[in-house]
Amino acid sequence: MSATTANSVVAPGAFSRRLAAVLVIFYAIVSMIPLAWILLTGFKTPPDSIAYPPKILFSPSLEGYVNLFTTRTRQTPEFIATLPPATTWYDKLVRSRNMVIAGSSKYLPRYVNSLVIGFGSTFLAVVLGTVAAYAFSRFKVPLKDDLLFFILSTRMMPPIAIAIPIYLMYRELGLIDTRIGMILLYTAVNLSLSVWLLKGFMDEIPREYEEAAMIDGYSRLQAFWKVVLPQASTGIAATAIFCLIFSWNEYAFAVLLTSGDAQTTPPFIPFIIGEGGQDWPAVAAGTTLFLVPIVVFTILLRKLLLRGITFGAVRR
Amino acid sequence: MAEKHLLLSQLAKATPPTVASRVRGLSDRGITWLFIGPTMAILLAINIFPLIWAITLSFTNYRANRPNAPIKWVGLAHYTDILTDPDVWAGMQVTARFVVTTIAIEMLLGFALAYLIDRKFRSHGFWTTVILIPMMLSPAVVGNFWTFLYQPQIGLFNHLISFITGVPPSSFTMIGDVSLAPWSIVIVDVWMWTPYVMLICLAGLRSIPNDIYEAAEVDRASAWRQFWSITLPMALPFIMLAVLFRGIENFKMFDMVNLLTNGGPGSTTELASITLKREAFEKWRTGYASALAIVLFVTIFGLGNIYVKALNRVKQR
Repeated sequence: MSATTANSVVAPGAFSRRLAAVLVIFYAIVSMIPLAWILLTGFKTPPDSIAYPPKILFSPSLEGYVNLFTTRTRQTPEFIATLPPATTWYDKLVRSRNMVIAGSSKYLPRYVNSLVIGFGSTFLAVVLGTVAAYAFSRFKVPLKDDLLFFILSTRMMPPIAIAIPIYLMYRELGLIDTRIGMILLYTAVNLSLSVWLLKGFMDEIPREYEEAAMIDGYSRLQAFWKVVLPQASTGIAATAIFCLIFSWNEYAFAVLLTSGDAQTTPPFIPFIIGEGGQDWPAVAAGTTLFLVPIVVFTILLRKLLLRGITFGAVRR
Repeated sequence: MAEKHLLLSQLAKATPPTVASRVRGLSDRGITWLFIGPTMAILLAINIFPLIWAITLSFTNYRANRPNAPIKWVGLAHYTDILTDPDVWAGMQVTARFVVTTIAIEMLLGFALAYLIDRKFRSHGFWTTVILIPMMLSPAVVGNFWTFLYQPQIGLFNHLISFITGVPPSSFTMIGDVSLAPWSIVIVDVWMWTPYVMLICLAGLRSIPNDIYEAAEVDRASAWRQFWSITLPMALPFIMLAVLFRGIENFKMFDMVNLLTNGGPGSTTELASITLKREAFEKWRTGYASALAIVLFVTIFGLGNIYVKALNRVKQR
């Protein structure tokens, strides 16, 4: 590249590149401050978490995490003195606050609900989406474009709008506050994403592969199972992660349709409270544990994120 | 249910079986039926059936908290109420302002970031991934933890603003103040979704072939000229796509705002979905809320049609 084009868009100059780096890294760091703050708050004691001005330096404590997983009752020091000595570090920590662990909190069951509902709905949405996408990709389906648009349009409905009749329907069927009800609902919501994304991946697999297999004596279903599915495995895995993230993050349906047994984590986190208001270290601890899997998946999926968020419209 | 069978029988008539497939078991037509059927069935049961139910309810005075009360048909009364109610219009304006403000800021910031990242400085891949993290998080959980950051005394946000501007940190409350609350939700939305716009714009910038710039260099076009005549027009379909995606999503916005401000103070941040939640699940005016839901859905569906056209335009490139 000659000197005259050194400052062009084709080959950005060293200065403009360095300036771009500084600005982008500045934005990235600023945008990470809220997350870093939540991470730090999880390791503060309740008094440190509400200190004025906010404490950046503090001695770390696991009290937030202990409070997240337990329920505690306040006792007099005299009463605590009568108890057998605390055997575990968390018992000691709680007793140093003049409290006694009364039991486990609801956080773990809510987290398990999130996992069960997330994996259940993802499995269904991906299985149904894979076969539907294959049919849309390979066969002449009448009204194909209309059907595909219809599938996409189900995603445009505001969740609250659809929640009103779903609420009535689930009340009739006894599906309110059940895992199976939430799995079905999230499957329906995820199907649009799953069909659209997977159709894009299927379209990229050359038809010649199956045709060759069918000439070799495979039936259409065998060719689909033994040739197309292995080829589509990356796409299927990526789609599954996107579906899982949606179910994991969903709040509107969860808060309206679940209250106890089947409640997932997002509607539960705001109700992590201690004595006299929100127990911020416990909230922060719960938030951290909830967000970490998503951060990991974001890093794993970074090459396919664009495709996922545009329903396969932009493939890079 | 009848509707479903009609649809499936149409599907079934799709492809005439080839000789080969008739010999080997299930025909392509049968497979199409088998493969698309379950998806359509679930969507009909969990999307279309409820939608039809909601339309029916919107003509009645049904209240979900009194299931045994007699149901009266009110005709189009709810719709005329909605279209003439000044409160509904005020709510729509709050929603429109939120949508327009967030999109404007996210587009500017997102495009600028994409443009900078496209300079391909060292380690740009790593920093791009870092920037993308907020958009993958749960909006509800994000809304909840920002209430902590916005606390007037102890919150980090007020202290950072105070550090930059010198205003005392306890002199303003982002969530409680009538004039600041709309900005509090805009800031969180921008924090969360600028990465999304950035990612789509980056794809747009990368889709521009290098030889166009090389030709412009030969013609001695200035960098400014290249930006306005090449970069921006060629990235435009992608920018439009981002605008429409964000437009639809923010028009439906519920979770983050519900936990951050819950529509308050007063109704300064009461977006359409929040009004809908109040009417349907707090006041239990199910019929009226259903009508409002239909109005919202029709609006979004209109936007959606434009969006699919834009989407096709991008695809054709």
